[in-house]
Amino acid sequence: MPLLAALFPWAVLVLMLVAQWLIFVVVPTEAQMGIVQRIFYFHVPAAWAAFLCFFVVAGASAVYLWRGSRAADRLAHASAEVGVLFCTLVLVTGPIWARPIWGVWWTWDPRLTMTVILWAIYAGYLMLRAFGGADEAVARYAAVLGIVGVLDIPVIRVSVRLLHGIHPAVLTNKEGGSGLTDPMMRTTLYVASLAMLLLGGWLVALRVRTGRLEAEVAGLRRELEHV
Amino acid sequence: MSAPAILAQGLKRDFGGVAVLAGVDLTVEAGELLVLLGPNGAGKTTLLRVLATLLRPSGGTLRLFGEDASQRPPAARRRLGHVGHESACYPDLTGRENLEFYAALYDVPDAADRIAELLRWTGLEPAARRPVRVYSRGMAQRLALARALLHGPELLLLDEPFSGLDPAAVLRLQTLLAELRRAGHAIVLSTHDVERVAAVATRVAILHRGRIAWTRQGVADAVVLAASYEAVVTGRA
Amino acid sequence: MWRGVLAILRKDLRIEWRTKESLAGFVVLGVLLVVIFSVALDPAPADAPRLAPSVLWAAFVFTGLLGIQRGFVLERENDCLGGVLASPIDPATLYLGKLATNIVLLAVMQALVVPLVGVLLHAQLGTVLPALLLVLFLGNLGFASLATLFAAMTVRARAREVMLPVLLLPLLVPVLIGGVKATEAVLRGGFGAAAGALGVLVAFDAIFVVAGVLLFEQVIRD
Repeated sequence: MPLLAALFPWAVLVLMLVAQWLIFVVVPTEAQMGIVQRIFYFHVPAAWAAFLCFFVVAGASAVYLWRGSRAADRLAHASAEVGVLFCTLVLVTGPIWARPIWGVWWTWDPRLTMTVILWAIYAGYLMLRAFGGADEAVARYAAVLGIVGVLDIPVIRVSVRLLHGIHPAVLTNKEGGSGLTDPMMRTTLYVASLAMLLLGGWLVALRVRTGRLEAEVAGLRRELEHV
Repeated sequence: MSAPAILAQGLKRDFGGVAVLAGVDLTVEAGELLVLLGPNGAGKTTLLRVLATLLRPSGGTLRLFGEDASQRPPAARRRLGHVGHESACYPDLTGRENLEFYAALYDVPDAADRIAELLRWTGLEPAARRPVRVYSRGMAQRLALARALLHGPELLLLDEPFSGLDPAAVLRLQTLLAELRRAGHAIVLSTHDVERVAAVATRVAILHRGRIAWTRQGVADAVVLAASYEAVVTGRA
Repeated sequence: MWRGVLAILRKDLRIEWRTKESLAGFVVLGVLLVVIFSVALDPAPADAPRLAPSVLWAAFVFTGLLGIQRGFVLERENDCLGGVLASPIDPATLYLGKLATNIVLLAVMQALVVPLVGVLLHAQLGTVLPALLLVLFLGNLGFASLATLFAAMTVRARAREVMLPVLLLPLLVPVLIGGVKATEAVLRGGFGAAAGALGVLVAFDAIFVVAGVLLFEQVIRD
């Protein structure tokens, strides 16, 4: 197991390098959008990674609430942080992609809109944990929020489609998976996604370990104060 | 032989890593009036709240009337009444309206009669139609006691019921408690005032640093009690 | 269980009636928000009715967020919450009771704000009243289901006034969208047109009332 843990970061590095190579060297330029379209291979994997992180937050929160496992609580917190990180990445790459192609920085495309809302929900989670105070009840409150957030996802998806997009053209372009014509594009997408997911996993693992160390330090500090 | 009202073993409770209760063993039977003595911070309030199932213990077991209390069974909660530091009565409602509310929560049969009876017994009839906001400390205490007795609980948990009362009110409360004990209720009350205790207790226990450090059956002489209390709190530190 | 819910509802409404404290705040705030939105948007008379649904729901959401926090503040005085929790009732009963109270308070506020919007923005809200009432009820239920759950967190967490709205607003977006779209559709052509938006509201309500009932205990215990 320790061998696996030691090798894992290297595996992530290698996979990320392969992905970069595929994205910038191998994959053909997309016909309609040109070079900018390569952002797609960051934008979409980041979105998938963010979603996965939020599902982990909900699952770990549920385990924490019903089993009282502090490790689950730390996992939830770490996943939320990494999830918000990936979400931010999606929200930054989106405009970078949109501006040259559609001339605007932002579109109220359903998927982007949903991403903003999700970002806000889990940024709120992080705010609650940071500013809610030292009471141990705060961890429980955050867990409830973590679960509620994921439960909201399907309803947000459906409701956001009721809004008018500013650019219907954007809708069709993004909806159709951005028209992946070349099979190499699909491969690149999968490799990039796997790389992003593993990167996310590694970041979460690091954060969980930090969390555990922080808890140990806090415990030691308390013991010293009561001597 | 029916199960004791309270059977607690090794009760622990932490707050932010600090152990407030560090292993409390306690048994209370019907007809007992147990007084919990202890300085401020000894954990009396916490212990009473754990016994009332308001707080979950972080360790140990608690059985109320023979049932495991960790699942907070409604049946056990129906048989106990708790009076904390505050009256748990809504300040903007009248005394009577508060009692009506709690009677509905506890599903008390013949609620109107029961409420009238308790208002008489606690001497709160004249004030029943006034909002609790204007009650004196003594009146609020009595209303809280009426609230706790509405559903005829077999176990009463009272947290510092004598604090803030004038001597007349203290005497009145002592009489009420003696009546209840004779009627077969089990009562646990906490106080840090040694003198109040001697008149009413059948058993005294001293809570110190989260444990029961000393316990004595029978009504002890107030002076002896005070001396033992001193010894425990200062000597066995 | 329903007896307990009713008892809590009656108790809360009685207190509200006695003090009129938050009720007054609710209503005045709702009215103020509508006026401010109308002034800020300053539509031409012909355009005004189109804005009515958005102004309505924006006002409801903000008023609701500020008004609903008091629900558990009143339980903190004299440790009444301790008295209620020591009783045999289920935490779920307390949740449903508070939920019912919040829906009633929202409805009372809306009873004044809706006609006001009709007047200020020349919208014919009276003609579609039954449908509108249904939309309002579904929206209130969804709003209150989450707001009640989170308001209970103010009992323990060191919550600034800003915290609750920050947490709740993104979660409540479907209620806002569903409410606005359903109201628009109802004003245009009655029920049929509102099907999609109503579906969103119903789904939201179903999910989060159940979630609230299940999760409330986790928030309120200890």
